[in-house]
Amino acid sequence: MQNKARPLSPHLQIYRWQLTMFLSILHRATGFGLALGAPLAVWWLMAALNSAKNFDRFHEFAHSLIGQLMLAGWLFSLSFHFLNGLRHLVWDTGRWLTLKGAYASGYVVLFGSVLLTAALWFYAGK
Amino acid sequence: MSAENNKSIRTPLGRARGLGSAKDGTHHWWVQRVSAIAMIPSLVYLTVQLPHIVTHDHGAFVFWLQQPLPALALAIFLAAAFYHAALGIQVIIEDYIHSEGQKIVLLLINKLSFLFMGVAAIYAIARISFAV
Repeated sequence: MQNKARPLSPHLQIYRWQLTMFLSILHRATGFGLALGAPLAVWWLMAALNSAKNFDRFHEFAHSLIGQLMLAGWLFSLSFHFLNGLRHLVWDTGRWLTLKGAYASGYVVLFGSVLLTAALWFYAGK
Repeated sequence: MSAENNKSIRTPLGRARGLGSAKDGTHHWWVQRVSAIAMIPSLVYLTVQLPHIVTHDHGAFVFWLQQPLPALALAIFLAAAFYHAALGIQVIIEDYIHSEGQKIVLLLINKLSFLFMGVAAIYAIARISFAV
C-alpha cells in the first residue's frame, strides 16, 4: 500500500548548506543543550539549600575545566536561543518573512549571540 | 482521484483509517510562545544580576536569594523555562523516535523529569527564602 508519488523533502546530506537551515538546526540544538542544563540548575539550588560545603562542591565542579566548558556552551546556547527566539516571535507576527528579512535578522542573531556570550562571560566574571 | 497522481502527504493507509492528528498542535504551538514570552522579563532581570548568581560565596548567594525580587524572578524563570523545555524536548522525541513504544516511554520520562525538577527547584528557592 505504498504511494510512490508522495512528495519527499531533500535530505540534509544532499541539501546545500545555507544560513537559514543552519540557524534553524542550531535553534533546536541549543534548546536541547539548555534542557540538559536543567539538572545542574537543580543541583546548584539544592546544594545552596543543603549546606555551604555542598555549595562549595558545586562550585568546584563549575570551576573545573569541564564545568567551565559546559557553562560557556550554556551561555552561548542561552544567548543564541533567546535572540533567535525573538526572531521567531517577530516571524509569528508575519514580519521579516522574506529572503532579505530572514538573512539580515539571521546574521544579526548569529553575530549578536557571539558578542552577547563574550560580554556576559566577562560581566559575570568581574 | 487515482493513487498514481495523488500528491497528498497522507498515505493511502492513513486515509483509509480516517484518523487525523490529535488536534492539539495549535495549543502546543501557543503555549510554547506563551512560556517563551513569560521568560523575557525575568531573564533580563537575572542577566543584570548575573554577578550575584555566579558567586561561590554561600552566605552572599543565600542573602541575595532571600530578597523578594531575586527569589520571584528565579522561580518564575525556572518554572517557565522547564515547561518550555519539556514542550521542546517533546517535539524532538516525536520527530526522531519512530517506535511507538519507545516514543511513549520517552515522552513520559520527559514530562515527569521536568515536572520533578521544577518542583525541586521551587522547593529549594522557597526553603532558602523562608529561612530568613
